Amino acid sequence: MHEMGIALQIVQIAAASIPVEMKGAKVLGVKIKVGKLAAVVPDSLRFCFEIVTQETPLSEARLEIEEIPVVARCKHCHSSWEIKEPAFACPSCGSGSIEILSGRELDIDSIEIEEPEHLNHSGNV
Amino acid sequence: MEIKVVRKVLDVNERMAQQNREYFTKQGIYVLNIMSSPGSGKTTLLEKTLARISSEIKSAVIVGDICTTNDADRLAKTGVSVVQVNTDEFGGDCHLAAHVIEKAAGQLDLKGIDLLFVENVGNLVCPAEFDIGENAKVVVISVTEGEDKPLKYPLMFRVCDAAVLNKIDLLPYLDYERNAVLENIKKVHPGMPVFEISATKGIGFEPWIKWLRNQVNRKKAPR
Ligand SMILES: Nc1nc2c(ncn2[C@@H]2O[C@H](COP(=O)(O)OP(=O)(O)OP(=O)(O)O)[C@@H](O)[C@H]2O)c(=O)[nH]1
Ligand SMILES: [Mg+2]
Ligand SMILES: [Zn+2]
Repeated sequence: MHEMGIALQIVQIAAASIPVEMKGAKVLGVKIKVGKLAAVVPDSLRFCFEIVTQETPLSEARLEIEEIPVVARCKHCHSSWEIKEPAFACPSCGSGSIEILSGRELDIDSIEIEEPEHLNHSGNV
Repeated sequence: MEIKVVRKVLDVNERMAQQNREYFTKQGIYVLNIMSSPGSGKTTLLEKTLARISSEIKSAVIVGDICTTNDADRLAKTGVSVVQVNTDEFGGDCHLAAHVIEKAAGQLDLKGIDLLFVENVGNLVCPAEFDIGENAKVVVISVTEGEDKPLKYPLMFRVCDAAVLNKIDLLPYLDYERNAVLENIKKVHPGMPVFEISATKGIGFEPWIKWLRNQVNRKKAPR
């Protein structure tokens, strides 16, 4: 439900990550990691991203979403496993004292920007 | 060409939340973030809780809503200082973010306050993702919602430190499987305390208030 705000943050961070010497370059892609536990629906995020990127250096950017599985480790017996259903006790020893190793990510990994020579042809915005 | 960024999308919020946490800690204020679906009874729970504890634990409230000041008006009647945040000023957000809390805290007289309640916007999804600088999070669910709420909103139940099962006065009139909801909470967050309460009828407050008192005192202790 807050995918619009998330999309805006992504645009802000991506635009700020264009190196100064490449000011005006177009962002062609944004790679993000979204944990399966994160309160974000990839499809609505894509939809919002389309809207908020209009008239920004990201207007042609595609959003690549890597979904990260939920992995936990038992603090008691130290086994680790992937959580596929909402059940968070250790399947080996039954302990409820666990640590979530991954699955809550909401990270921008990288951006793809157009090559500098390209930039010379298209000119600065 | 690829440029590595490697940043959390919400890192601005997380930094702000950390600042809030340090600020509140310095003032010796324990902050509790209360979340639920719309209408589960957050405001009623707060009204009744404040009536019981405010002479003993000095409290204040920040209440978030998309619009209207109804909840703040109800809470102000308990005599504690209350500030209402309408998120429509901030784009109609479905959650309170850390910068909103910072602003709201600035409008409260926090001198001598031990406990700051934050009533979040009614929503079980988004508020789970936004740290506001609180010390603990509580989720309220009521027996008029499905028993499977914890399974449908696992993140919320994972990030919370306690749950309140509210409106238990209605149990005799419903086909609600109380054990099923307790089982589901346990599946998602084994060991999390659950307080079974009727906010309107004033049932089940003892253990909840005891828990609150412990939380507040634990924070005060090291000082
Ligand atoms: N029967 C019963 N009704 C309750 C109880 N607690 C709250 N209610 C009723 O539920 C309705 C919603 O209560 P609120 O306290 O306003 O709920 P809220 O979670 O603050 O609602 P929002 O802030 O709008 O999300 C009101 O009509 C309350 O009187 C309870 O323990 N039992
Ligand atoms: Mg309310
Ligand atoms: Zn184990």
